[in-house]
Amino acid sequence: MSTSETAPPSRELEHYVSTAPFDPTSAARLTPEQERFYLASQWMLMWWKFKQHRVAVVSGIILLLMYSSTLVSEILAPYNLQTRHTDFIYASPQSVHLFHGGHLVGPFVYRQTKTLNMENLRRDYVEDSSRPYPLRFFCSGDPYRFWNLVDMSLHIVCPGEGATLFVLGTDRLGRDVLSRILYGARISLTIGLLGIAISFTLGLILGGIAGYFGGWADLAIQRVIEIIRSFPELPLWMALSAVLPVTWSPILIYFGITGILAMLEWTGLARAVRSKLLALREEDYCTAARLMGARPKRIIARHLLPGFMSHLIASATLSIPGMILGETALSFLGIGLRPPITSWGVLLNEAQNINVVALYPWLMLPVVPVIIVILAFNFFGDGLRDAADPYR
Amino acid sequence: MLRYVVHRVLLMIPTMIAISIIVFTIIQLPPGNYLESYIAELQAQGESVDPQKIAFLREYYGLDKPLIEQYLRWAGGMLVGDFGYSFEFNLPVTKVVGDRMFLTIIVSFFTILFTWAVAFPIGIYSATHQYSWGDYGLSFLGFLGIAIPNFMLALVMLYLANVIFGTSIGGLMGPEFIGQPWSWPKVMSVLEHSWIPVFVIGTSGTAGMIRRLRANLLDELQKQYVVTARAKGLPPRKVLFKYPLRLALNFFISDIGSLLPHIISGTEITAVVLSLPTTGPMLLGALKSQDMYLAGSFLMFLALMIVVGVLISDLALVALDPRIRLQGGVAR
Repeated sequence: MSTSETAPPSRELEHYVSTAPFDPTSAARLTPEQERFYLASQWMLMWWKFKQHRVAVVSGIILLLMYSSTLVSEILAPYNLQTRHTDFIYASPQSVHLFHGGHLVGPFVYRQTKTLNMENLRRDYVEDSSRPYPLRFFCSGDPYRFWNLVDMSLHIVCPGEGATLFVLGTDRLGRDVLSRILYGARISLTIGLLGIAISFTLGLILGGIAGYFGGWADLAIQRVIEIIRSFPELPLWMALSAVLPVTWSPILIYFGITGILAMLEWTGLARAVRSKLLALREEDYCTAARLMGARPKRIIARHLLPGFMSHLIASATLSIPGMILGETALSFLGIGLRPPITSWGVLLNEAQNINVVALYPWLMLPVVPVIIVILAFNFFGDGLRDAADPYR
Repeated sequence: MLRYVVHRVLLMIPTMIAISIIVFTIIQLPPGNYLESYIAELQAQGESVDPQKIAFLREYYGLDKPLIEQYLRWAGGMLVGDFGYSFEFNLPVTKVVGDRMFLTIIVSFFTILFTWAVAFPIGIYSATHQYSWGDYGLSFLGFLGIAIPNFMLALVMLYLANVIFGTSIGGLMGPEFIGQPWSWPKVMSVLEHSWIPVFVIGTSGTAGMIRRLRANLLDELQKQYVVTARAKGLPPRKVLFKYPLRLALNFFISDIGSLLPHIISGTEITAVVLSLPTTGPMLLGALKSQDMYLAGSFLMFLALMIVVGVLISDLALVALDPRIRLQGGVAR
């Protein structure tokens, strides 16, 4: 084509190039919030979704507080785990007062005086309100070995000189129930975590094998799961913990019981892993990985598991309460953990008959933290489960 | 249909065999020969040991024979209703337990009915009023039911009934009926006494059931046929009753598989606290005194109860649900 036949060169438009950067999204510009949302990582999205679930967040905070309290139980508890007060056996809970004779004294307690009720042979404790005994804070009390490393005697709160501080009463050996509950949290709370760690691993491995390889491995594992599930949990736990040798040390029993609890709990997780893997292994990206020569172990761990890890964590959280309740029940029946290891269940073992409910109801108080923890785990797990699917 | 039933019953056999092997392993787990430790214990307590009795027990369990034969002897005995010999009571287990197994079944049965009666309306309400205050409140109650340990609830109920009604609710029948043959007044007495254990055991199972029912019904309510029914102008109540509710009814039957183990666990521990004449207290006693053969029989019985319960629920589901019936049966 020759240029001479077109319009004269003088009337041709000047070649124009805009120097402003080209923005292909200018038609549909995202607001900063939208941009933040679309660019966020999956875990970030889950976090945002989780934050909306108020109850779950509060439960998470409660759990965090309870777990961190187990790190410093010695400092939080006014007395040691085994400190006996032989003059105060079955002492009723003492109340902490603020005002004495109309004057503000700050937190203090009255001394308790004991009388023996000849009618039901119960020790009655009466407050002697003649003189207040102010509480001391960050004081030195029962000596202990902190984390088995440092000798210390620091407590957050101690009774005034000459008085006692049994906010939740004492048991049949005169041991402070509040202190024992605080120490018991260590065992009761860790048994859930330890147990879930074991059953999580078992569930991942066995469920992974069943779901990825299929075939006879799947059949065999499915059968085993079915059989385990057709046992009633508690009686089987009872039987297994009853056959733990009497010669074992309490700490070995602790691990034994944890193992027993975990042995029956992995089935649910394994089932979840299996069904997810069955669906995901047919995806194209999985085929691609296999064609590139990735080993099954790598495909499962690297490509498949991360896809539903969040769901797994949520359902694992939801199975912790079952284990805590299981341990509590076993110890309550007297075939679980053994003293001197103290869990909430071991404490409840003292509240086994109706006399206790009638005469010393405060011995049932260890059930309160159990209820709180179970509720908190359930709500927390619920929140996690909703958040695990942030796009819905 | 018949083929499915036969297939399903046959499938039970390997399961029961596997369960019996597990239970037998548990019996064998305590170190050493059981009989020897039993004799040692008797001697330690200063009691004389009757050599004739020891010989009888050794013969009975075939303790000097290889393990396989011991197992076969034990499992074979079970098939003909011989549940073993209790060392503690010096009697065959069948004589010791008396009505206990039967009463366990009764209590579990009533608990299932209770669970259904409570879970059904609440589950439907929660699903149709999702995220309302009623839903939240009932969900919280349900969670509370899971969180409160059965045994504590039983203990408190025991105390409250004592204080408020002035009656002792321990046990499962009036004291005058214990050891008596079954009669109409005895049945009434059992019914009168069973509401507390049924309530206590029911609470935790009910909570789980409500949550599962709610989730199921919510899924169902979002399906297209519901939308269609609503779009063509059916009143909401009729939409609910006509279709999704029927599916929810199926769910009640199919859920027995997960409900029953739960209820039986609850029955055992609650029975210990309330001292019910069911298998619970005796199982615990047997475990504590290491009377493993007796404990093993109880475990077997409980597992059998669950397996049979699931079987019945599967068969009922086949009868109820045409989808399963016509496809030749992939249950659950």
